[in-house]
Amino acid sequence: MKFGPLSLVLAGLAGLACSTATQAQTFAITNAHILSPGPIGEVERGTIVVRDGKISAAGANVALPDGITIVDARGGYVTPGLIAVNTALGLVEVNSVSGTMDARTSSTRISAAFDVQYGLNPASTLLPVARLGGITRAVVMPDYDDSNKEREALFAGKAALISLGEGPDILFRAGAGMVLELGEDGAARLGGSRGSEFVQLRELFASLRKTWTTDNNWGLSEADHRALAPVVSGAMPLVVVVRRAADIRQVLSLARDFRLKLILSGAEEGWQVADAIAAMKVPVLLNPTSNIPSSFDQIGASLRNAAILKAAGVDIAISGNDAGHRVRDMRYNAGLAVSRGLPQAAGLEAITLAPARIFGVANLVGSIEPGKLADLVIWDGDPLEPLSGPVAVYVDGKAQPMQSRATLLGQRYGKQ
Amino acid sequence: MKSIVRRVLGQPALALAICISAPLGAAPSGETAASPAPPAPAAYPSTYRPRAEADTAIVNASILTATGVRIDNGTILMSGGRIVAVGKDVPVPAGARSIDGTGKWVTPGIIDSHSHLGVFPAPGVAGHADGNENIDPYTANVWAEHSVWPQDPVFTKARAGGVTSLLVLPGSANLFGGRGVTLKNVPAVTVAQMKFPGAPYTLKMACGENPKGRYGSRGRAPATRMGNVAGFRRSWIDAAEYARKWDTYDRKRAKGDAAEAPKRELALETLAGVLKGEILTQNHCYRADEMAVMIDVGHEFGYRTAAFHHAVEAYKIADLLAAEGTCVATWATRWGFKMEAFDAIEENAAILAARGVCVAIHSDEQGLIQRLNVETAVALAAGRRAGIAIPQEEAIKWITLNPARIMGVADRTGSLEPGKMADVVLWSRNPFSVYAVAEKVFIDGALMHDTSDPGSIYRSDFELGQPVGAQ
Repeated sequence: MKFGPLSLVLAGLAGLACSTATQAQTFAITNAHILSPGPIGEVERGTIVVRDGKISAAGANVALPDGITIVDARGGYVTPGLIAVNTALGLVEVNSVSGTMDARTSSTRISAAFDVQYGLNPASTLLPVARLGGITRAVVMPDYDDSNKEREALFAGKAALISLGEGPDILFRAGAGMVLELGEDGAARLGGSRGSEFVQLRELFASLRKTWTTDNNWGLSEADHRALAPVVSGAMPLVVVVRRAADIRQVLSLARDFRLKLILSGAEEGWQVADAIAAMKVPVLLNPTSNIPSSFDQIGASLRNAAILKAAGVDIAISGNDAGHRVRDMRYNAGLAVSRGLPQAAGLEAITLAPARIFGVANLVGSIEPGKLADLVIWDGDPLEPLSGPVAVYVDGKAQPMQSRATLLGQRYGKQ
Repeated sequence: MKSIVRRVLGQPALALAICISAPLGAAPSGETAASPAPPAPAAYPSTYRPRAEADTAIVNASILTATGVRIDNGTILMSGGRIVAVGKDVPVPAGARSIDGTGKWVTPGIIDSHSHLGVFPAPGVAGHADGNENIDPYTANVWAEHSVWPQDPVFTKARAGGVTSLLVLPGSANLFGGRGVTLKNVPAVTVAQMKFPGAPYTLKMACGENPKGRYGSRGRAPATRMGNVAGFRRSWIDAAEYARKWDTYDRKRAKGDAAEAPKRELALETLAGVLKGEILTQNHCYRADEMAVMIDVGHEFGYRTAAFHHAVEAYKIADLLAAEGTCVATWATRWGFKMEAFDAIEENAAILAARGVCVAIHSDEQGLIQRLNVETAVALAAGRRAGIAIPQEEAIKWITLNPARIMGVADRTGSLEPGKMADVVLWSRNPFSVYAVAEKVFIDGALMHDTSDPGSIYRSDFELGQPVGAQ
């Protein structure tokens, strides 16, 4: 990668006309092998112009503005920044250190009203690690604290979208979804059986159409009741973690009856009910490598889940191997799904544009298109291959440091 | 069969020596000059029998032999369960089955030196949780093979990832977790039918957060790392005394004197086996400082650690490990789930390999065991980014020959050399690619997994009649 001499001049003059940041966010990437979902698709020798942190032009025949800073990709692949789903990035540091875990609550007064946005830690060491995996945005989800066995918790709370760009404020969109886990684990929190779980859910959604009172609450605090208003109106998606095919059918039926905007998560047996999911245009967040019959909820877990769902017309987003430290594995997981029949382009889309679309920010991120935020990654090879990696990562057009705590440890001890 | 068992039983010390001397020719420290043990009476014997199969050749493939070379347009010939020939100009005998390997890759069978398949099987319900005898930190008396459930559906999934042999270990809740068992990854009804014939026994040990956390939280020792080490030392003192009693008895008997045999103690029998060099220690240990202490414990009592497992900070003491001849079995992608895993880096394996340490990529889980090739590619790429260029011809050893060394079976499997077991994988493409699929998996020359014949893929008893997923 080389920077034109002009960039040095501009940096020197930065204080005069406009801020340094703005200058740094205006440049062009040339000799780019562009790979992006959306209309641009694949361009073997393309140019991307970034102005004030946004993509202003991209394609094979793009005129370079006079004097613009050039980043030569030297034929390397350039993709949109990856968008991770089902993460706790910014909410976790060390899993075994409970004080560093901000993704869950044991409060008996807060469930649906729980909001991950207040726990986000921009200084988390996990963020640079994920960024070095090409990830520029993430959906941060709450989960459950089951330490209080008496607590009947229905909802985990509100998700958020974050930016992985270096800086003091990583919140991108609050209230990105309401998270609810059903199936075996969900039932365990609600009387130990699906028979009580689904009845309670249906009664609750019916009660939400009325005003909250101490008599009409279904175990929810007034704050929880209020937090669910956008779910009932269909403005906020309900993200349901569910695995078994029969449970998926029940959830689809619930969503139809209450006109909910549904997103399925996990959905290990989704391939068995792919047509029903597709018919309701419900998107699915999944880990395509989750093929272990680890519980009786997912006896049918299959490496072909992603390929079968996609072929049925379901919009899928692919996650990493956990919510925090292994989020970066998401691009390998997309590759593994491709090895089991998912079309190559769908593999990339499932970690870029699809999650943006599913969470309602496809007008801003997820593909290389004029007008979108300049979240871009230059790779030294196929972005889904473990032998490849990013050589440059941009968030909002800002070049990100290519280091993490882990790379610094490697440099300290790796020298011969 | 008996003679084969006898022959291989005499070899664990040899296999250990291979592991020790291979990296940089580092001189063994001499603490545990393990002499070959006399063949033990075969308690709990292997009843594994290779499945008879026609002679098979894979022709015109790219072959990574795990001896440091790659053969393009090569042929591998298997007969009688053994590898007969590997090379460019190997004639295929008339009558042998010939498989076209054009555009495909061949490697040795993948070997996982750290697995809990069968002892923590799927589904992961309480009724199946048989991997941690976690009511006491000192359980060298238990044997993982007495917990293994051969119907664990994940054995088949691991085979689909090319895994032909694996070391199944007890969990890490205890200082001494018990004996591990080395298995051939074949469908079976009894664990004896899977036991790798003649593989040495191993002892699982665990440092750090797991034992001290498990017992400290119950108000008993160990509650600290120093408590862990005190527990180890006390046990080795007991083991040394136990070994002396038996030596005295054996000497008297040899002289023809009357002597009463000491009472067998299962835990001490295993520990004494370690002190005699017959049983290989597999030590779960994350932190560099702690591994260094465990090396000193080994020096104090005269045993050598075969491998540190997980060992995410091994890169900080690469030279010490190389000098000790201790192997490392680790991951590339797992980190941060507890304090002692916070300093894990992706290039751990590459740094170790460059400094002459025998290194393996292991799984420790049901997901990674299906794609150890991908995990190795991550480790390889991280090394390259850090300026450590390791060729694929070497890196393939991380999931073949080196785990075989850790398990003491490198003289029989782990590389493609004439005379070795015909444990072979035919990949759809370069195995360091995420898109590579293990199309055919041979175990002792028998085709045990074949994607071209999905109906032939074994389903465990548990999966029968259930809507299990397509592979």
